[in-house]
Amino acid sequence: MAIFLTKDSKVIVQGMTGSEGMKHTRRMLASGTQIVGGVNPRKAGTTVDVDGTEVPVFGSVADAIEKTGADVTVIFVPPKFTKDAVVEAIDAEIGLAVVITEGVPVHDSAAFWAYAGAKGNKTQIIGPNCPGLISPGQSNAGIIPADITTTGPIGLVSKSGTLTYQLMYELRDLGFSSAVGIGGDPVIGTTHIDALAAFEADPETKVIVMIGEIGGDAEERAAAYIAEHVTKPVVGYVAGFTAPEGKTMGHAGAIVSGSSGTASAKKEALEAAGVKVGKTPSETARLARELIGSLGL
Amino acid sequence: MDLFEYQARDLFEKHGVPVLAGEVIETPEAAREIATRFGGRAVVKAQVKVGGRGKAGGVKLASDPEDAVAKSAAILGMDIKGHTVHKVMLAATADIKDEYYVSFLLDRTNRTFLAMASVEGGVEIEVVAEENPDALAKIPVDANEGCTPEKAREIVAAAKFPAEVADQVADVLVSLWKVFIAEDALLVEVNPLIKSGDGKIIALDGKVSLDENAEFRQPGHEALEDKAAANPLEAAAKAKGLNYVKLDGEVGIIGNGAGLVMSTLDVVAYAGEAHGNVKPANFLDIGGGASAEVMANGLEIILGDPDVKSVFVNVFGGITACDAVANGIVQALELLKAKGDEVTKPLVVRLDGNNAELGRKILTDANHPLVEQVDTMDGAAERAAELANAK
Repeated sequence: MAIFLTKDSKVIVQGMTGSEGMKHTRRMLASGTQIVGGVNPRKAGTTVDVDGTEVPVFGSVADAIEKTGADVTVIFVPPKFTKDAVVEAIDAEIGLAVVITEGVPVHDSAAFWAYAGAKGNKTQIIGPNCPGLISPGQSNAGIIPADITTTGPIGLVSKSGTLTYQLMYELRDLGFSSAVGIGGDPVIGTTHIDALAAFEADPETKVIVMIGEIGGDAEERAAAYIAEHVTKPVVGYVAGFTAPEGKTMGHAGAIVSGSSGTASAKKEALEAAGVKVGKTPSETARLARELIGSLGL
Repeated sequence: MDLFEYQARDLFEKHGVPVLAGEVIETPEAAREIATRFGGRAVVKAQVKVGGRGKAGGVKLASDPEDAVAKSAAILGMDIKGHTVHKVMLAATADIKDEYYVSFLLDRTNRTFLAMASVEGGVEIEVVAEENPDALAKIPVDANEGCTPEKAREIVAAAKFPAEVADQVADVLVSLWKVFIAEDALLVEVNPLIKSGDGKIIALDGKVSLDENAEFRQPGHEALEDKAAANPLEAAAKAKGLNYVKLDGEVGIIGNGAGLVMSTLDVVAYAGEAHGNVKPANFLDIGGGASAEVMANGLEIILGDPDVKSVFVNVFGGITACDAVANGIVQALELLKAKGDEVTKPLVVRLDGNNAELGRKILTDANHPLVEQVDTMDGAAERAAELANAK
């Protein structure tokens, strides 16, 4: 098992024919993902040869779903067109939309998030500004390198792409059920809590690693959720202890405003919920390793 | 990006929020003519992006044009909580009968927009929220439905505005929402929103924060940047398209990915505790690509920072393989040398992930006297801190 994405997932790519879309379609195919099509209204009806695999291009998400049974879309279109692409995915009622695009105006993210709600939340959104998610050995939707690790007992949820890779690498011998990069923007679809709930329900996930960073109160709310609902052991890491107030640290959402959003507050909240929080990524990996050892896995 | 009050005032005026006449100046002499046009009296207001300027003496009433020049001279150059006053706004005077508060902002927690309104304006709204939360109405606003006249009336009713100003305040809310949407703002705040002696509702002071991600469709926003106040290194980095924030430590940091770089700053700060308390000198994310050119640009900025004593290059090879990154570092050092910028500060490089072995070999073979490699992030941070402290 895995969460949100399995070997049966049928994946389409919005923006497949662009350079980033093409590069990562190739990588996703190479890692075993069932890529069933791309979407580009101007190239509808054609096919694209991706390293020997003929991938059909459809005029719309709805058309792609009708012809292929696609249930996941990965969105690589530029920020200017991202809102329309997500709205199209929601209108087509696809199950999961993974929005990789970085630099989406927050008004657009708030608008498509509200739109998904108004349409009954039939489409789960991950991102924007995220690396996507991978269920190693099964499927890979996004830009996470597939060859870092294999399948195993750890579930990982993170705001950061490279910290996801770092932790996957440090724990590569143990393996992961799924790793979900939820993105570092102020408004995102899937949250830490959504992923925690799914990992709690997934029988193959034995230990959960949760990576947060400064800004907002998502980690504090995740801590409250863990205390109430999560029985599996959780290891945490929070980045940004040295971030100065009022400065955006790379991710649009990574900003400390006044005393809220600080790394210390997040760490304390997580520890109060029984989460072991590492001081560095390597120490976090060590804590996860010890927990898995103590479970006799 | 936070704006100055005068810039907020101009955006309010552009979208129909009622404001008083106001003009910004940088020299005291310019105050005379403006005050004369305003009828002699004017309020001189320091333009700084920090609260509490009134208490600090940054807002003064001038009784005539000569007094406006004198008050401007006194305020220009003042230091308010570490911010030097380079500009003052001269505003027409108002007869204040009542002070209210209205704003629209992003509510991250609920992933929606929020209207806040109170009849207790003129003080810091955080204080009202803390001491008298019932006096601050908070009403969610759907991103797609917006602040319609009906929604504006709902906000006005929730905040219990007096009946005689209710319609005017509702109109202000609808106009303020236009500012929020049309300008891609993260916050539009009017505090105080006043009722004047003749019963008019006017935005007397305001705060606007804009979304930098929307710059591609907001061509006018670039002109609102306070280029004078930007740190010269930050300005140089921005011109090169680098994601850089200057900090006040000694260890220069380059890494790929915002989360990894933030984490690198923390790990260096911890390591510094044992090495003279050295701290990270900057945040610099060169992104997933990490080409030789981007690496060279990044190194150039960091080596040009006189505070930097050592540099820590922390790269996890994910999409970009470490051999490409290592080649980037080698070429970057050559590029800098060719430009005449001889590298004199030690570089500690940690490469991990995809093709790490190959990347490390490239750096070993290049044998640059100032480059050393440490295989783990914690170990490399330790070494970079040690080198910074030894300098």
